[in-house]
Amino acid sequence: MEVGWWGVLIAVLGGAIRIGTPFLFVSLGECLTEKSGRINLGLEGTLVMGAMTGYAISLHSGSPWLGVLCAGLAGMVLGVLHSWICSFQRVNDIAVGIAMMLFGTGLAFFLGKPYIQPSAPRLPSIDLGGWSDIPQLQAALQINALFLVGIVVAVVLGWMLKNTAWGLKVRVVGESADAARALGLPVDRIRIMSTAMGEFLAGIGGSYLSLYYPFNWSEGLSSGQGLMAVALVIFARWQPIGCLWVSLLWGGAAALGPSLQSVGVTGGYYIFNAIPYIMTLAMMIITCSPKRTLVGVPRELTMTR
Amino acid sequence: MSVAVPQILNKALEPFLIIVGSLTVSMVLFGIFVASAGADPFEVYQTMYRAAFGTSFSWQNTLVRAAPLMLTALCTALPGYLGLIIIGGEGAVVMGGLFAAIVALTMPTAPPIVVLTTMALAGMVAGGVWLMIGGALRHYRAVNETISSLLLNYIAIALLNHLVTSTFRDPESLNHPSTHHIGEANMIGVIPGTDLHWGLVFGIVACVIAWFLMHHTVFGFASRIAGGNVRAAQVAGLPVGRLILTICCVAGAAGGLAGMLEVAAIHGRANDTLNANYGYAGILVAFVARNNPLAIIPVAVLLGGIRASSGLLQRAHELPDATVLVMQGIIFLVILFSETLYGRFAKLQKQGAS
Repeated sequence: MEVGWWGVLIAVLGGAIRIGTPFLFVSLGECLTEKSGRINLGLEGTLVMGAMTGYAISLHSGSPWLGVLCAGLAGMVLGVLHSWICSFQRVNDIAVGIAMMLFGTGLAFFLGKPYIQPSAPRLPSIDLGGWSDIPQLQAALQINALFLVGIVVAVVLGWMLKNTAWGLKVRVVGESADAARALGLPVDRIRIMSTAMGEFLAGIGGSYLSLYYPFNWSEGLSSGQGLMAVALVIFARWQPIGCLWVSLLWGGAAALGPSLQSVGVTGGYYIFNAIPYIMTLAMMIITCSPKRTLVGVPRELTMTR
Repeated sequence: MSVAVPQILNKALEPFLIIVGSLTVSMVLFGIFVASAGADPFEVYQTMYRAAFGTSFSWQNTLVRAAPLMLTALCTALPGYLGLIIIGGEGAVVMGGLFAAIVALTMPTAPPIVVLTTMALAGMVAGGVWLMIGGALRHYRAVNETISSLLLNYIAIALLNHLVTSTFRDPESLNHPSTHHIGEANMIGVIPGTDLHWGLVFGIVACVIAWFLMHHTVFGFASRIAGGNVRAAQVAGLPVGRLILTICCVAGAAGGLAGMLEVAAIHGRANDTLNANYGYAGILVAFVARNNPLAIIPVAVLLGGIRASSGLLQRAHELPDATVLVMQGIIFLVILFSETLYGRFAKLQKQGAS
């Protein structure tokens, strides 16, 4: 059966899920951290560190899922370091994020040197396309369990932030540190916990890269997914469920170039690759305004002051 | 303690002491790190010193790396005076190099001095306009400048890759898509008696000019006020928007010049080697130098030395080349952490005086 241009749409759909999943995890992590009033630009380092850890543990233990867990834990350690340094007076969280990015990637490349060659066990995928006999659709619907986990995390995180005492505490700390202190909340501890949990998610996002797609460990593995988390969260209006849609949109936009190439549109390959970045910038230009603050933005964030 | 603190512990000495102290702490931490990796930290430091500053050859190697860092550090340092965190140096370098190469190719018969001047101007305009987009978005649309300048980096790299693989591609550059060569006659030469190209001089001069601009002109004074308190600056009638745009433009011009020098002094063509992370390393230099353009010069030399020592570290101690990345990360973190120490010595000083 000839799929032709439908193939592009199917490939974009599959790409949305395949490329979007790591974005989903880093943006959810960033969302939680920012809800507590901190920006973490260091998720790029966490992502790479998570990718390396996940790959190494999967190789040594034979269990990719243990790799995913350890990737999250490695991220958590980096998160505690980031938020501990930021809890001192006058330390700028954005700058510390850039430093953590350098430190995390450096550490991952340093420790990951022996893992560039060997091949680790891969995370299994779930076939949701068995009902169809179009091979492209079957390929697009080969979904990794982590994507489904990500959806659950997005829903649960959104619900918890809105409806639980814990979520309220995080939001109070993010809205006004002074008010939180007046209520007797431990501001620094809540931020450290939110950052650590956010980085746990980002670490898992990294393990998806090395253990599922593109499924290898190399120094060029990440192409800035961790850095983009900050932009995606603005795009998602600090809503976990928004992170899901935005990540899928990003994944789809990123898959457009390669999909078009597969039907013979080869010109402007690099421009197509830039579409997600241009789209995000355009979105920020449209939604930001000097006259009002964004809906949903935590007021403690340094970037809104 | 309080008696021993002398009066000379003034504004200039405090940052100096804190930075030297931070570098010492970083060296201890990094020493522990390499020791846990099985190398002797003292030997590692000896090797690094030898590779970075030991011989005239290694000095040249270091300074060649330091030159672009001085320029890209200005991309972050100058907007820093206004309280903006711009991380778009990489994009400015890429745009500067790309447009410098393109204009050089349009003037095949012009004498080299004209070509080089035009290239420098084109590179500076391209880099300046590129960062100015970030500044303008900040001022007119309240778009966070850190995020927008980051996105602009990726867009600049995509534009470079697009143009060198399509319109401006030299068909002979098969495996490594590039523009045509700008011509050997148009290449910037070396400083007589050395293997160093003139980029180092440009870097130092740019830092000195930037320092003069920010510390000894009305413009710089106004910028520092606006950086300290935007509301106060607006009340005082300062044109905050124009300050933001101008500073971002000057900062981007420095990055663009770095890109132009990469093309005119090293590669001879524009291709993806322009995207060599000088922009990101420049952020580190700017932060360590606390945005002071004069302090950028020694910090860039130090970082250039660290980066130059990576090869020898690999050969002599079998440490992976990412070792220097870890070291940079540690230095960066400790320096940022030390921000919290500022002002504590002043307290000691007052106690000592009373």
